[in-house]
Amino acid sequence: MNTRVREVKGRELKDENQEMSGSSMLIQALARENVDTIFGYPGGAILPTYDEIYRTGIRHILSRHEQGAIHAAEGYARVSGKPGVCVVTSGPGATNVVTGIADAMIDSLPLVVVTGQVATSVIGTDAFQEADILGITMPITKHNFQARTVEDLPRIIREAFHIATTGRPGPVVIDLPKDVSIASGMFHYDDEPNLPGYQPTYTPNKLQIRKLAEAVTKAKRPVILSGAGILHAGASPELLEFVEQQQIPVASTLLGLGGFPGSHELALGMAGMHGTYAANMALHEADLLINIGARFDDRVTGNLEHFAPQATVAHIDVDPAEIGKIIETQIPVVGDAKEALRLLNEVNPKPGESVRWRMKVDEWQQEFPLWYKEGSEYIKPQKLTELVYEKTNGEAIITTDVGQHQMWAAQYYKFDHPNAWVTSGGLGTMGFGFPAAIGAQFAEPDRQVVAILGDAGFQMTMQELSILQELNLPVKVLLVNNASLGMVRQWQQLFYEERYSNSLFPIQPDFVKMAEAYDIKGYKITDENEVAGVLEEAFNYNGPVLIDCRVHEEENVYPMIAPGQGHHQMEGVKP
Amino acid sequence: MRRTITATVNNTTGVMNRITGLFARRHFNIESITVGMTENPEVSRMTFVVNVSDQRGLDQVIKQLNKQVDVLKVRDITDEAIVSRELAMIKVMTVSGQRGEISDLIAPFRATVIDVGRESVTIQVTGDTPKVEALIDLLRPYGIKEMARTGVTAFQRATKKSSDQTRYSIIN
Ligand SMILES: Cc1ncc(C[n+]2csc(CCOP(=O)(O)OP(=O)(O)O)c2C)c(N)n1
Ligand SMILES: [Mg+2]
Repeated sequence: MNTRVREVKGRELKDENQEMSGSSMLIQALARENVDTIFGYPGGAILPTYDEIYRTGIRHILSRHEQGAIHAAEGYARVSGKPGVCVVTSGPGATNVVTGIADAMIDSLPLVVVTGQVATSVIGTDAFQEADILGITMPITKHNFQARTVEDLPRIIREAFHIATTGRPGPVVIDLPKDVSIASGMFHYDDEPNLPGYQPTYTPNKLQIRKLAEAVTKAKRPVILSGAGILHAGASPELLEFVEQQQIPVASTLLGLGGFPGSHELALGMAGMHGTYAANMALHEADLLINIGARFDDRVTGNLEHFAPQATVAHIDVDPAEIGKIIETQIPVVGDAKEALRLLNEVNPKPGESVRWRMKVDEWQQEFPLWYKEGSEYIKPQKLTELVYEKTNGEAIITTDVGQHQMWAAQYYKFDHPNAWVTSGGLGTMGFGFPAAIGAQFAEPDRQVVAILGDAGFQMTMQELSILQELNLPVKVLLVNNASLGMVRQWQQLFYEERYSNSLFPIQPDFVKMAEAYDIKGYKITDENEVAGVLEEAFNYNGPVLIDCRVHEEENVYPMIAPGQGHHQMEGVKP
Repeated sequence: MRRTITATVNNTTGVMNRITGLFARRHFNIESITVGMTENPEVSRMTFVVNVSDQRGLDQVIKQLNKQVDVLKVRDITDEAIVSRELAMIKVMTVSGQRGEISDLIAPFRATVIDVGRESVTIQVTGDTPKVEALIDLLRPYGIKEMARTGVTAFQRATKKSSDQTRYSIIN
């Protein structure tokens, strides 16, 4: 038998067609999938795999809670475009990653999650640390597997990576019983998975492209809604070409930010509940709406009865089930956004007569930009975000948690490049932002990663400060500290007559001391005049920093479409 | 509208779970599901009778089914030339004098009596849904004590070759 072993980035890549254990197969397969980092946490059922991790030296990042590991894997995936890999043990280890799996599912992030499982002989007997993770994750995965025999394992891993990363990306779980990871079998790793039931469509129907091109030429008031599909497809250059050729304004979803340059004159910013007036009005008044890779989430559309009432709807999506799910669609285009835009650019339709429309949209942008009242004694969180933008030259990778700070970051940080914006959109998962920043930093070790977090959300996963300490990871943690569950407080103010039920923190930890306990540089800012200096110092420091920035506690996110309202009914627009 | 949809699926453990879970969480309204092996032991065939309010609802059912990795092929065969069958067992209250009457009544349906008790008979009928329901209606006045139906399974006819296009509107 040929047992030649070679080193690939610290991993032993063994030759195929030899006997090895299931856990060895797993690590060999990960190496073949070019996985350079595993995020995880060990335990009984997954110990054989951890032994293999130890022996091969593949990079493994030990989180301090499995939720931290899975959100880190998500952040890694979002920034790198490569699948995030997370390995955890059975039972509680596996259930601790459920939130992250659901988050990755709804935000279409490619993950391969390996969960340990009790031995096949005791599955179904309520064995120690047994949980039916296959059943639990069935509705929140793109697909899931349980390896019943070691012979099945290589095929399952190959299929898992294929499914996670192709078509509309998503999380795939591999449940790995302990005995299967110990058993030995022959290792083959085929390149082409055989999945007759899974054949994503990449190339759009030419007829539909022509129809769309004709609609573009006919349109007098066209608008593009750009979603995360642009990022997953790597379609930013094609989108830019299309937009500049056609002069069509672009509204973005929360997750789509960066797919089109935020400082471009045709960029309207974010649409939806806390979107810009221009983006929402453009959607409302448009006669042609071209949705590219967005799923018409309710935070984007507002009340469907008032959504884009005059528009012919075209929708480009790699997932056919998204088309027509929420909004009746006249021009459906099933396929990859990059390919669809490339074909569209090839057709190069004659631009419609939309000069007046452009003028109108410009006017909305000029007259009703994002705004906030300056000049109070408190630090304005919007100002804080603007300063972060300024001090990072708009070039940082920004992750956020969920809440007001997230909306301000989306509004005031103008993303000019794709894959620099990491946030939990569909699930709105508090606790996401900090570990996601850790994953992002592993994906882009040389870039500035800034985690803009709420004081509440940070406290859901702040145990991961240990990772910054241990690896001296230069993540900058910026707490937008309003001493409250700000977004909840805002809703209670607006819709529950200021009955602040369980949304104000009467007491908070000393975050600076906490940072120092982890050997991390900590700052506390209470004065707006200090902000720029501290940010500069932090961003120039090559190591982890935590900044506790006390902001105005009563600040609200505006403008806003209240629940049940349409895009034309925004409140809090600049007077 | 009521539609009959068939799906061929990988015969893997949990596949039924995937499909029923999908219907439940997406609030699809299912009247019946049947499942069984096909000529290929690795493939099972499912037949669903679904109630949807409009074409878009129907599209969603078909597309969501198609999205499942273990689902190989989905078709809405409602408007195609099909044979569809279900089996029902109906336990009817009888006094001894009525048995002959019931036998006469079920004869045109080619239904059979498969069990006889002191106060009841159990009738088995096979056919498409309208036929089964017609018989049930006729038996109802006697008092139906218990009933079990398998749900519909269906097939395209061999004679009229139907087009291979899926019914849902959209391309690809
Ligand atoms: C896990 C989880 N629990 C609850 C919520 C509901 N929720 C949304 S925003 C929010 C407040 C977040 O507060 P903080 O992290 O301080 O951010 P802020 O809104 O103050 O900027 C809450 C509780 C959620 N999104 N996720
Ligand atoms: Mg807060």
